[in-house]
Amino acid sequence: MAQTVISAKSVSKHFGDIVAVDDISFDVKKGEIFAFLGPNGAGKSTTIKMLTTMLRPTAGELRLAGHNVAKERDSARKAFGIVFQDPSLDEELSAYENMDLHGSLYSIPKTRRHKRIRELLELVELWSRQDSMVKTFSGGMRRRLEIARGLLHEPKVLFLDEPTLGLDTQTRNLMWNYVKKLSDEKGMTIFFTTHYLDEAEEVAEQIAIIDHGKIVARGTSKSLAKATGAKNLEEAYLKLTGSTTRDENDASNDGLNFRMAMRNRNLR
Amino acid sequence: MEVMYTLWLRQVRRYWRSYSRMLGTLGQPILMLLALGYGIGAIYQKAGEGNYLNFLVPGIITQTVLLSGVFWGIIILQDKRFGFLAEMLVAPVSRLKILLGSAIGGATISILQGLMIFVIALVFGFRPDNWFLVIPAFGVLVFMSLALTSFGAGIASAVDDFQGFQGINNLLVLPLFFLSSALYPLNSIPDVLRIISSINPVTYMVDALRTLLTAAPSHFGIGLDLAVMAATFIACLIFAVNRFNRIQM
Repeated sequence: MAQTVISAKSVSKHFGDIVAVDDISFDVKKGEIFAFLGPNGAGKSTTIKMLTTMLRPTAGELRLAGHNVAKERDSARKAFGIVFQDPSLDEELSAYENMDLHGSLYSIPKTRRHKRIRELLELVELWSRQDSMVKTFSGGMRRRLEIARGLLHEPKVLFLDEPTLGLDTQTRNLMWNYVKKLSDEKGMTIFFTTHYLDEAEEVAEQIAIIDHGKIVARGTSKSLAKATGAKNLEEAYLKLTGSTTRDENDASNDGLNFRMAMRNRNLR
Repeated sequence: MEVMYTLWLRQVRRYWRSYSRMLGTLGQPILMLLALGYGIGAIYQKAGEGNYLNFLVPGIITQTVLLSGVFWGIIILQDKRFGFLAEMLVAPVSRLKILLGSAIGGATISILQGLMIFVIALVFGFRPDNWFLVIPAFGVLVFMSLALTSFGAGIASAVDDFQGFQGINNLLVLPLFFLSSALYPLNSIPDVLRIISSINPVTYMVDALRTLLTAAPSHFGIGLDLAVMAATFIACLIFAVNRFNRIQM
């Protein structure tokens, strides 16, 4: 039995009256590639934010690599790396400086830090651009740099929040191949969200689908398709979550845009 | 400690690389020195008040620090809006360290700008009354840079958009500057203005700097100046820490 690396037990998050995440429980095993799918505003981002210590759960317990996320924050923080949905590099610094700053935030000793930065930048093919300012980088280069940065402190878990948004096919393939390698060879656990279901179908070993703050299905892409009588994951997903679109800014249950939602509600 | 140094270095590096920022925050004070120092100087002398440039320079140095400190807050707002703050907030580092490291970086920039204005003022003909007192004056500069940068950090943490920041900037920074003793002596103005100026902490910063740099006697006494500055610094720091801790990504 592989050990459990991420576990959520009856986790809820409320913003005032709005319930963003409603009593969800799940486990992710070591080395697993886990996809967390759901429509806009379903509670994906809120869940990732709770797992990565940016939000505190209203109820329930989250554990990451053996640490209670709410109580042992810093140990939990050292155990994961994250590639955010939105860009999060300092554009006014060079690629190397961004990596070095990260190394300093995670107190990686200087000698080892330099070696790791070099390895990772070579891996994502940015070593030759190490001194270029990030503002001169294309979207794909930035993503690669963010992935390299997320791996610098050798995390046990890597969170990827819509990592392929706006990337070309080449970069996407490269990225997923690399992610698979990390999971196979290093036993790293990968937790990702995406709106591209073909990606999830191809890469993910386990899938959870969340809607209206609740996990509505759990399994492999095959088992989900089978259970819903669909021919692929996309069809299964649409059967489970309906085919109407969601408006994130509408007073929905999404934590990310909570303040926006309140503001809009007051305007009405 | 290394974390704070790295965050400090980030701020200083960014400043060093952005000439437009440097010029943007220095342009206005230089303009003030030219237009007011020379323009009004002649009338001021005729009114028997002495050398206006000497009177003005401490006020303009304070203005530079005020502008630069509050303007620096934009970086926190940028980090918040463009994501870099998230990278810092999920790192195993306390928010206090992130704030202090960055704010000391911001204060360093203000100090540099204040020194540049001092040097430019020397070129324009300003001379300190006693060169030895320039050293404690530098201490005052450091002190007020820390206070005003914390103020900027607090505002930037509290607002969410650039327009809002701009609004607060106009609503707070300009009155803080114009309703202080930076441009005019307190003893010859109407009572209303004098009362307003007397509750403005910036007035005490200007007064301390003016006492140390020029032959003018202190209006409030240097002890009171320093006490008000200390209180302002503590209040601004509490404000910044409080607001920064509340930021939710």
